[in-house]
Parts: sequence; structure tokens; C-alpha cells
Amino acid sequence: MQEKRVYLDNTEATRLDERVLEAMTPYFFDTYAVATSEFAYTQGIEARETLDEAREKLAKALGAEPEEFVFTSGSTESSNMAVKGVALALGKKKGKHIIISKIEDFPVLQSAEALERQGFQVTYLDVDGDGLVNLDQLKESITDETILVSIQHANQEIGTVQDIAGIGAICHEKSVLFHTDATHTFGRVLLDVKKIPVDLVTVSAHTIHGPKGIGGLYVRKGTPLSKWMDGGFQEFDLRAGLENIPGAVGFAKAVELITAKENKLLQTLRDHAIDRILKEIPDTILNGHRRKRLPHNTNISFHFVEGESITLHLDIHGFAVSTGSACFSRSLQGSHVIYGIGGDHERAHGSIRITLGRYNTVEEVDAVVDTLAEVISELRKISPLGKEKYGEEV
Amino acid sequence: MKFPYSETVLEHFRHPHNVGKIENPDGKSMEGSPACGDMVAVYIKVAPDKKTIEDIKFESYGCASNIATGSIITELAKGKTIDDAKKITWKEASDALGGLPKIKAHCSVLAIEGLRGAITNYEEKHGLIKKRVPTTLETIRKRLKKVINPLAGLDLVRTNLVKDIQKNNGTVRVAIDLPKNHQFASAIKEEIDEKIEPLWDVKEVIVDFTE
Repeated sequence: MQEKRVYLDNTEATRLDERVLEAMTPYFFDTYAVATSEFAYTQGIEARETLDEAREKLAKALGAEPEEFVFTSGSTESSNMAVKGVALALGKKKGKHIIISKIEDFPVLQSAEALERQGFQVTYLDVDGDGLVNLDQLKESITDETILVSIQHANQEIGTVQDIAGIGAICHEKSVLFHTDATHTFGRVLLDVKKIPVDLVTVSAHTIHGPKGIGGLYVRKGTPLSKWMDGGFQEFDLRAGLENIPGAVGFAKAVELITAKENKLLQTLRDHAIDRILKEIPDTILNGHRRKRLPHNTNISFHFVEGESITLHLDIHGFAVSTGSACFSRSLQGSHVIYGIGGDHERAHGSIRITLGRYNTVEEVDAVVDTLAEVISELRKISPLGKEKYGEEV
Repeated sequence: MKFPYSETVLEHFRHPHNVGKIENPDGKSMEGSPACGDMVAVYIKVAPDKKTIEDIKFESYGCASNIATGSIITELAKGKTIDDAKKITWKEASDALGGLPKIKAHCSVLAIEGLRGAITNYEEKHGLIKKRVPTTLETIRKRLKKVINPLAGLDLVRTNLVKDIQKNNGTVRVAIDLPKNHQFASAIKEEIDEKIEPLWDVKEVIVDFTE
């Protein structure tokens, strides 16, 4: 095992930026009061001001007003709050129909499934081979009973970025609320709620070198949303619970630190990785759209080999990546995203996701591609599949 | 730091023993499917007089536990008589590997099935099956469950592709619900032949596809 480990799973988690930690530290040791104590003592007022300031910065990053940004414990909670909150608010008044895409991340997918068990009707929209939702199908699926459309901004696995402006326009024309899970695009792909007709947006700090355990939900003014976390009047009486002030400060700092230059650089590195792998390793297929994709996402399937074996070999060489293989998951289910884009089991099992972050270098990208080429070649030698091609070398 | 896999598993995963194919094997078997993520092929050479396994090789499309179990069973079976090798259990293989995660049991059991399958294949080809039970439609159906429908990654029976099975004297007819010009038709026919033909009372296998 090599000394320096290279982390290439920046969709799952990211290394905290020191500057974020530095911004957060005083709120653990000096100003550790909570904002609800603002009427009791000075530290409470400081806490309130700090929280407001963080909220303002984050809202601004989305083009929103501060009172439209609700802090949560992360993207899972935000998406639960959006989908279930709308269902609770409108289920009895307007209807019980929800539309999501087949490739949503689990918070939206399983919230919809949970509502289905409670009598809601859910339409799961197909996606094309690149992972894009068909806007005509969306239009046709909306009925008088539809209360919410929830379609992600970008996919967690294959990185495809949806046309949320187009989706939002359809929803608003039909007066249906639109939620988008922007966990993976926030800070990386522009989303301005002044320009895009979207009512609810899930964001999180853990994907942008911020702390874990803090996220947010943009709630457009006037959006009907029922509160379901009870116990206090925090967050405009939408979400009870002690305010996570260090988290909020860290989240705001993390957003502030992202630059257009960094996103451009990530995209250059991503393209370098994709181009090299597709060119140098035979029998590979890119998962997700070639251009409409997250600037830091590479997802490729390797024929005739299984993903857990690939990730384990890469780990032995010091590289951390992820796979859509069933073997890798506790549930022993292959990636629903790869199946969603029409991939078969072999494509899901042989898929590898490499996601880059601030601390990755071109040397690391080259090193992982070199290692990947060796590992794939070795595993193909021992695989009973594709033997007509790779058998001779045994 | 503790991996979910033992050191021995990792060692066999990194450097698997007896990997590859045997040309003109005396017995062979392919178990599993891409659907459960794993496949194992086992090839054996058997000494005609002593009935011991002289050579054994395996191939794996699978995760670490699959590869490691394939490797360890080739070691355990080598030199044993086919009767003894048949008795190797998943537990013995797992113990020899220093234990396997429970969730990975199904990936590793394939290698055991592969070994037993290769021995059965040898016995059938050499007329060693003692009790010659006539092949029933159920036996055929059971074997068709080992033929994978590449469209779904699941077997033909589970994916309802087997429309009909008939057995008349030595002739087995299998009706498959796919057009004969389908991209996987020839691959499926080949696999069906491979699974059904070794049965002692089967002389001919006919696979009917739809028009």
C-alpha cells in the first residue's frame, strides 16, 4: 500500500478546506450560544447575526432572498422536507400525484416510495441513454392531481445535468411545484432561482469542501410546505432544532471559496480522465452525457470485469473510487441509475465513478488512469467473459 | 484498520492460484450470472485410473470473495479423488480463507457449485452416474435455470423465455420465446446445448425460436 492515499470519491464526501475550519472554529469556542437566545443575552444576539450573515451569503449564491433559505442537517433532510412537506401541505387539498425521474438519488426516490405506500401516486419518468428526462413525457404525465415534480439538477452517479430551466417552465405553465436536488451542482453549475422557475432546491455543504451535517433548502416565497420536524420555531417555523451555527458559517465559507477558475480546472481534469480512459482502455463505455455533465464527474463501465474487484485493487494501490456494482452495495442491488439509462447488469457491475475535488492534481488523474489500465487488463485475464478477445494472454 | 476481508482472502484476491482455462478439459462448469454480479468457470483434468483431480483451473467474473473462493477451492480439490472433492463444503472453503463476510456468501458459494458442476459434467460424460435416473422435464428445467438470458442478466426460466419443454426418447425440444434472428439466439442455443447434452439419456437437443 502506498504512503499517500488519493481520494477520488468527491461526490460522496470532500476534504474540509482549512479556511472553512478556520471560519468555523470561533463558533465552537467563543460564540457558542444559539440564535434563539437573542432576547436573553449578548452571545445570543451574536449568534443570530452570524446565522443571518451565513444565510444571506448562501441565499445569494442561489439568487434567493435570505428568508427563502432554510438550514437543514444535509441534503437527505432537505429532499425529505421538500417532497414530504409538499405532500403533507397539498395531498388533501389538491391531489396525490407526484412525478420524479427514475434516476433520482435515494432521498427523493425513497421519499416518493414512502408516500406511495401512504396512498400517493408516483410517476417515475424514464431517462434517455445519457440520463436526460424527456420533456414531452413530463408534460404528458402532469395531471390535475399532480402536486410536485422532483427532478434532480445533476445525477449523483453519472453526472448528467438536466435541463431544469425547461422542466421548470413546464411545471410553472401547469401550476405544479418543482423541486430539484442540486446537491451535486451547488457551487459547481450555475443555478439562479431568479432565472429558473424552481420552487424548492436541495443543497449541501459536504460536496464542496464544507462540513458534513449541514445543508439547506431553498423555499420560494409562498410555497406551501408543511413542517414535520416539530419542537421549536427555528428556521421561519419550517424546521425545529438547535441551529448549527458553526456548520452554517462553514457552509457559507465553502461556497465563497469556489471560483469559476476552479470549476474550469476540474472540467479540464475530468475531460483528460475521460479521454484517456476511453482511448487507452478497450471495451469501455462512458456513462452519462459527454458534455451536459458535472465538471468533476467521470463514470465509465468496463466490460467483462466486476466493479468491487476494480475498486479493491485500486484501493490496494492507494486510490479511492466508487462503483455501481451490486457486490459493492450492502443491498446487493446494481446501480438503479445505470439500469435507468438502459444499461444491463454487466454495465452496472463494471461501472467505476471517479469524482474530483479541489485537492486532486493532474498527476493523480494520470496515476489512477495508469493503474486502472493495469487492473482492468489483469482482471480481464481471469474473467470467463470476453475470452475471445483477452483469452490468449493467459 | 480492518478490511471486511481477511488477510488470506486479500492474498488470494491479489494473487489467485490456478487461474485460466484447461484446453479439452475432462469436466467443466460455468456457474452464476452477471445479474448477481458473479460468474465462475471451473475446468478439471481427471486421472482415468485413480479418478483424482490432476489439474484444475478457474476463471472469475466477480468480487474479491468470488475470486478468493475460486482460488482456494482449486487448492483444496487438487489431488483429491472426485468423490472427496465433491464433498468440499462452503464452510471448509470459508474456513481455509480465514472467514468470509456473511453478505458475500452467495458470491463465494458459486465456486463450490462450479467445482461440483465440473465433476458432475465429468461423470456424465464418462458414464459414471451410478443411479441412471431417466431425465425428467423437471431436470431439464432445473438445468435451464443455469442458462442466462443476457437481456436481463437472469436465467431463462425466471425471465419466462422458456415456453415449452418436451422430451421424446432421446430428443429434447426447448421452445424459447425469442425470434431466431435475435442477437442472443445463437449464444442461448449454444448454452442450452452445453447444459442438456451431457445428460446420459439425451441424444439430441433442439432449440426452437419464434419466427
